[in-house]
Amino acid sequence: MRNAFVKALTELAENDSRVTLIVGDLGFGVVADFAERFPNQFLNIGVAEQNMTGVAAGMAMAGRIVFTYSIANFPTIRCLEQIRNDVCYHKLNVVVVSVGGGFTYGALGMTHHATEDLAIMRSLPEMTVFAPGDPLEADAATRSAAGGMGPVYLRLGRAGEPVVHDQAQIPWQVGRAILVRDGSDGTLISTGGMLATAVDVADRLSELGHQVRVLSMPTLKPFDSQAVIRAARETDLVVTLEEHTVLGGLGSAAAEVLAENQSGVRFRRIGVPSAFTREVGSQEHLRRFNKLDAASILDSVLSLLDAPTL
Amino acid sequence: MSAATRELARQIRVHAVQMSNQAGCSHVGSSLSMAEILAVLYQDVLRITPETVDSPDRDRLIFSKGHGCAALYGVLAECGFFPKEWLDSFYHDGARLPGHVTADAAPGIELSSGALGHGLPVSCGLALAGKRDQRPYRVFCILSDGECDEGSNWEAALFAPHHRLDNLTAIIDYNKIQCFGHVKDVLDLEPLGAKWSAFGWEVREIDGHDVDALRESLCGVPLQPGKPTCVIAHTVKGKGVSFMEDRLLWHYRTPQGDEFELAMAELEGQ
Repeated sequence: MRNAFVKALTELAENDSRVTLIVGDLGFGVVADFAERFPNQFLNIGVAEQNMTGVAAGMAMAGRIVFTYSIANFPTIRCLEQIRNDVCYHKLNVVVVSVGGGFTYGALGMTHHATEDLAIMRSLPEMTVFAPGDPLEADAATRSAAGGMGPVYLRLGRAGEPVVHDQAQIPWQVGRAILVRDGSDGTLISTGGMLATAVDVADRLSELGHQVRVLSMPTLKPFDSQAVIRAARETDLVVTLEEHTVLGGLGSAAAEVLAENQSGVRFRRIGVPSAFTREVGSQEHLRRFNKLDAASILDSVLSLLDAPTL
Repeated sequence: MSAATRELARQIRVHAVQMSNQAGCSHVGSSLSMAEILAVLYQDVLRITPETVDSPDRDRLIFSKGHGCAALYGVLAECGFFPKEWLDSFYHDGARLPGHVTADAAPGIELSSGALGHGLPVSCGLALAGKRDQRPYRVFCILSDGECDEGSNWEAALFAPHHRLDNLTAIIDYNKIQCFGHVKDVLDLEPLGAKWSAFGWEVREIDGHDVDALRESLCGVPLQPGKPTCVIAHTVKGKGVSFMEDRLLWHYRTPQGDEFELAMAELEGQ
């Protein structure tokens, strides 16, 4: 996803001199080509995220479309008030980019686990929240954000995730879920880097005779309520998957919609509990530890599918 | 010229005291300390008029000490950016002007502030974009002294000289009092000028109530080509009303009754 982002941004910068990238002294090697080609549109601001966000706001006030780039929690909650007051209140074209959503930097420890960002960014007025699920979605989200749609949070994974979508041209629309697999036994709704796992689980369920729908939710705000309501109406179970706390992210957004629409559908949020992950290990290991791996999710979904209906 | 500037400063003070009285709010001392700074900026320095508030090449004033908003609202009204009647409903339910500077409250306000430590980074961004896009505008940022406790300012203080932002001027309203008492007792800033200078700014320390000194410094920016300017304006909190001067009380107290009459009488007589 990171590579898709940088590739798209480079193309965008070439065609629009307003497109500007500010990095917080992170992204070494990744942004070197961009920096060399577009010196007037690039800035390494140093390890100073509050200033990074304030400077981005100022440059956006002067007409630029500014991407701030760092990893994990540094471009978001370190400078949250700058994002809220300077960027969101003034409806500025600033795109906050975090590489390393969830446990991407797992073994680096708790400081590098970005597990509350979606909830916090989703709560900010004027903010659009993207959490693409594969490189194609990351490319599309970057292009939308660079169009100057006001404040955006773009949560990326790492480099080298697989392309999940079959078609080269995905049906991308801001605020719309993307149907990845169809089925009526249940629905798995995924945001961010859980998409490949969601598809894996769906394929395993299919082999066991359960046809489940998979919805990718790369835009968390505005939220595609209709897709969730349809899933509740047309399938027997709704499960949300996110590499993020179950408080305030995708699962909460879906729960809000389902509760307010009296759907009555069986529903489960699968994500990280509201607890620090003190376990040491890679993203894969920490996902397994939090029961976010395909085998654990398969077990959870199967038990829900087999449970007697109320 | 100086007489007219002093008269504008006096009008800013009258508005600030009246607004505080009508609103039942305070922060009046913070507005009174910066009256001359704003008078000089709007009369002699800033290239902005009510007709050019949206011009891309207008000078930008980023008012970072948002709690001193009564002074800013007052000078903008006096200079014709919006009707003076708007000042009468400051703070009132459903009115236009809230108790900290808000950008869409009135024409001529660039940035909403009130959370301290936001203005200087934004000013740096405006100044950098101006340099890179070769625009002629200049950026002026007014900070309070207590605000200098915020680390974000020092991130920006490192940034501006590194990028040679000589189109940027920081003005510190150094009235020596913050929420809990004197700055030197709460969290000492001294040696303040030496700190900014060490960070790479061209520093000028002046009497912030001397309109000639203010004019000379602010009309002369950049004081050193290639460097941002920091004007440390030594001021008195509550300046212009004898019983408010250098008193913490008037960060919190609303002038009412006899105190209001007395304050107005003092200001009318100046």
